[in-house]
Amino acid sequence: MKKEKRKSNYLRAIGAIAWKDLAAELRSRELLSGMLVFSLLVILIFNFALELDAKTRTSVTAGVLWVTFVFAGTLGLNRSMAIEKDRGCLDGLLLAPVDRSAIYFGKVISNLAFMIIVEIIILPTYSFLYNINLFQPGLLLVILLGSIGYTAVGTLLSAMSVQTRTRDVMLPILLFPIIVPVLIAAVKASNGYLQGLPTDQILPWINLLIVYDVIFIAISFMVFDYIVEE
Amino acid sequence: MNSKPTALKALDIISIILLAVATYLALVYAPTEKVMGDVQRVFYFHVATAWVGLLGFVAAGVSGVAYLKTQDLKWDLVEQAAVEISLIFFFLAIVLGSIWARPIWNTWWTWDPRLTSASIVELIYLAYFMLRQGIDDPDKRARFGAVYTLVGAISVPITFLSIRMFRTIHPVVIGSKSAAADGGFNMTGDMKLAFFFALFAFTIIFIDLFWNRIRLGQLQQRIEQLKLKVME
Repeated sequence: MKKEKRKSNYLRAIGAIAWKDLAAELRSRELLSGMLVFSLLVILIFNFALELDAKTRTSVTAGVLWVTFVFAGTLGLNRSMAIEKDRGCLDGLLLAPVDRSAIYFGKVISNLAFMIIVEIIILPTYSFLYNINLFQPGLLLVILLGSIGYTAVGTLLSAMSVQTRTRDVMLPILLFPIIVPVLIAAVKASNGYLQGLPTDQILPWINLLIVYDVIFIAISFMVFDYIVEE
Repeated sequence: MNSKPTALKALDIISIILLAVATYLALVYAPTEKVMGDVQRVFYFHVATAWVGLLGFVAAGVSGVAYLKTQDLKWDLVEQAAVEISLIFFFLAIVLGSIWARPIWNTWWTWDPRLTSASIVELIYLAYFMLRQGIDDPDKRARFGAVYTLVGAISVPITFLSIRMFRTIHPVVIGSKSAAADGGFNMTGDMKLAFFFALFAFTIIFIDLFWNRIRLGQLQQRIEQLKLKVME
């Protein structure tokens, strides 16, 4: 009975932290609007840099989409942790009588939500602009799995980078070499779906994404305590 | 603590001798490879330096975990030493490999699993040093460093695996051969001697450098403590 109660308390703490982020964002819309405009600009730049004509489009769409998500994601991760740090909210959260990992999971959920919202808007825009059908269940699954892995590591490393002197520069430098496997697997799998490859050729990449997600959520869960400790 | 331990001095000298012998074996003693010619001699030191890089990589990961478990700053020194040595030796391995690859693969660089993983490891190390530079509190610096090496140590093998899911052209001289590999060969007895001697010599050199670097770190710590004392 008691154990069950503790478990529900833990889940409630995670929910409360995620909800607080979403509610704050709903009122200010600082972070989401920044991420969105930025992603649209990245796509615009790619359009001119790569000459996205019908022929090149089929082979580079997956790459363009993922680079856009990754860059926009960095912006969001940085901002969402910086808000906590600047106004001393993080210290408040640390004082709360909940397990520290609840803070981590709460932040992952809200960061993931921001990323998915941006993706929900970017995907139809891209489809509309370039006349490619991106709404395939397999592709959406890949994007979800990739975003989970990205935010799992990103939240951990952004909690680290905001506590350094060169914080805004630090996050991408720390994060990008670590998420290379996510990026490779996500781009390969997305490309597979866009080019209509048989599922058995795409499956290894999806498995890799799942393995990465599980490993890094577990690792972050274990080490998050050391990062927020004062 | 102040004077260098005799064992370390002896190890320094042994390392230099071993390096000289390994150089002789690789450049003079080992027979010239039939197809590739003299450029193949790069192979002995290339594998040995990459091996030291790998040793440092593993040592860094292990000491990262040890630090998080014990919270003892000694492990932070070990970790830093391992990262520094690994950084330099992976760089050497990449440079030596490129010298070999230019005539054999007809390019300095390809995005093969080993090459890509090695370069990503280098980037992780650079990020590691930048991270450390941005933090003043020594405990926090050690904690963040340890967490980052741990995350890196887990991500790099996955990176390697994921790139390996593409085709590779890097030859596997020891163990199984990939049909697509380009530039593989069979070692003769003399070549094997030169090869394993180079591996052995570089392992000793690794231990020597590691020890020296840890000692340097301890001295640095001591200086910082003395400075603080003077300021009081």
